[in-house]
Amino acid sequence: MRSKTLLGLTGAVLAAVAGPAAADDATPTPLPTVDTAGTSFLTATTVRAGQPVRVPASTGDYLYWSFAAAAGQTGRITVNVTLPDAASRHGAATWTVDVFDGLRRRQSCTAGAQTATAEPGSAAISLGCVLRRIRSWAEPWSSDPLPGTYYIRLAATALPEQDLGLPIQTSLDLALRDGTAQPDGAALKAPLSPPVNPGATLAPDTDPSSSAVDVVSAPKPAAQARSWFSRFSTRWAWTAAGGVLAALLGVVGYHLTRHPRRRLPTPH
Amino acid sequence: MELLLDVSGSMRIADLDGRTRMSVAKQAFNDVLDAIPAEAHVGIRLFGSQHRFPGASKAVGCKDTRQLVPVGPVDKTAVKTAIATLQPTGWTPIGLALRAAAKDLGTGETTRRIVLISDGQDECGFPGPCEVARELAAQGTHLVVDTLGLTLNAKVRQQLTCIAEATGGTYTAVQSQDQLTARLGQLMRRAATTYQATPRQVAGDARCATAPILASGVYTDRQVFSDHRWYRVQVPAGQELRASVSISLDRKLNPDYGVLLRATSQQGRELVRGTDAGSGRTDVQSAGLRWSDQRAPGSDDEDAPAPSTVCLEVSNSFSAPGAVRKEPGMPLELTVGLAPSSPAPSGPDLGRGWQLLLMLAVTGLLTGLVAGWLARWRIAVWKEN
Repeated sequence: MRSKTLLGLTGAVLAAVAGPAAADDATPTPLPTVDTAGTSFLTATTVRAGQPVRVPASTGDYLYWSFAAAAGQTGRITVNVTLPDAASRHGAATWTVDVFDGLRRRQSCTAGAQTATAEPGSAAISLGCVLRRIRSWAEPWSSDPLPGTYYIRLAATALPEQDLGLPIQTSLDLALRDGTAQPDGAALKAPLSPPVNPGATLAPDTDPSSSAVDVVSAPKPAAQARSWFSRFSTRWAWTAAGGVLAALLGVVGYHLTRHPRRRLPTPH
Repeated sequence: MELLLDVSGSMRIADLDGRTRMSVAKQAFNDVLDAIPAEAHVGIRLFGSQHRFPGASKAVGCKDTRQLVPVGPVDKTAVKTAIATLQPTGWTPIGLALRAAAKDLGTGETTRRIVLISDGQDECGFPGPCEVARELAAQGTHLVVDTLGLTLNAKVRQQLTCIAEATGGTYTAVQSQDQLTARLGQLMRRAATTYQATPRQVAGDARCATAPILASGVYTDRQVFSDHRWYRVQVPAGQELRASVSISLDRKLNPDYGVLLRATSQQGRELVRGTDAGSGRTDVQSAGLRWSDQRAPGSDDEDAPAPSTVCLEVSNSFSAPGAVRKEPGMPLELTVGLAPSSPAPSGPDLGRGWQLLLMLAVTGLLTGLVAGWLARWRIAVWKEN
């Protein structure tokens, strides 16, 4: 009985010791390759940062992917398109990668070749887009990028009609770089992830607050993308340093008014 | 989903890797059937399988379509046997077959997909395949037709791209066995994974006062050129309205166009607008907006009470060459969302930068000096007494 308990204890200890070690050894499992793309905003295929995307498609297809991005992140999209054989093509083709936010508003790229024209002889074309840093809050009237769903659309925007339907191979790489979101200390209460469930029309006298329907929405970003430490922004350090400096100078100022020579009793 | 296979006489032509189009299609079907999951519901319909072309009269040849496998779970061996016996035979009534295939799929809650595999143009003429595709799309039951052309013939390509464009599907020009198998597999997987509910069909009104009231969700409608459609959304206090609209370019249009989405109060005051314009080849043109009452509570302005009902107006600036039909209107997709509104942030609680340090340092120094002087004054007073 005793030996059994001992064995059990040893086993538990061994397991406890081995557990974290095994977890340390395990490299993060690589994300599975995405081999498909949606054909509209509603059917967009969700991809995550760093996930490889390799999709065979046809010239003329509109390929949609979506991803979730949190405040402070900057998205970098790289797209490569392997074009059909030069012999089967009839002219130059222009390819464009468009990015839209959760409200299907067009997003500007700060860098990257968003549109490129493939000459008739070229075998591949590469496109890219670096998005603006996502803000933590914006006025409802502005079109600033906000946390939520983002859509990527890849399509040929100009091509000879004869070249429609030819096979292509596309690859997409998405990277999200974390940063400090502006404005500080602000937050959007709900990410900009649109509902994807069918809607319902209401009777005119319905109480608006009771009209909540079950809402299924497009991918939402993690509530807090930044680590626990980065919540303590540099403002904490600056303010604390200022406090220390003020305290020190307060002492200095106090001593300035009580100079040793002045403390001598004046002869009367 | 339903596979719609052309079994017309021209499928006999051997121009794909030296094999006949029919044998390539059969082979692709067999490969794809092995890979489809057991729970997938797939049906197969044929056209041009019964009456010979040329030979049979056009009247019968153009009504020649039959369902080989009803839509449902697939009995793989039975389907393979049935496919193996197919012989390329007759005419190419694509329009009629499309209509029948849409009927086979019924009116479900989900998006329904048809994969059309064909090598010939519809010589039957009536009903025109492209018109049928538009008519099916206009029924609002979210039907998508993906087309696979087994030839590079220009007329076939134009017909199939027209069908795909009208329904939001894709077109592929098949040039080899591997390509057909891969594409078919991809379309099947897409149909299985994008199991998604059909947006609610709604009809916008010409005025806000009588417009339909929408809750959160996705809606579809149709809009002709230069049409204005109104919808209403009830926005409770403390909630933010988020709306977006997409108009699909499902026909040949003039190259420059735009979409405008406006939110107004019931009195007609514009609250916010979302707009986007573009030119050239694209599938949809979208615009979106958010709106919430950003005034601080308590600062009630009598002149402008917060509207609890917001009117949404959708309009477009599309136009088309004269020959293009304007009816039915272009597909319009409207998304309405309500979320808790986010109040404007106050300034940050902490500071940053050299100016802050200087400010604190000077304040500290001054405080020290004042404290020192006070202390000295007190000592002096105490000594005098």
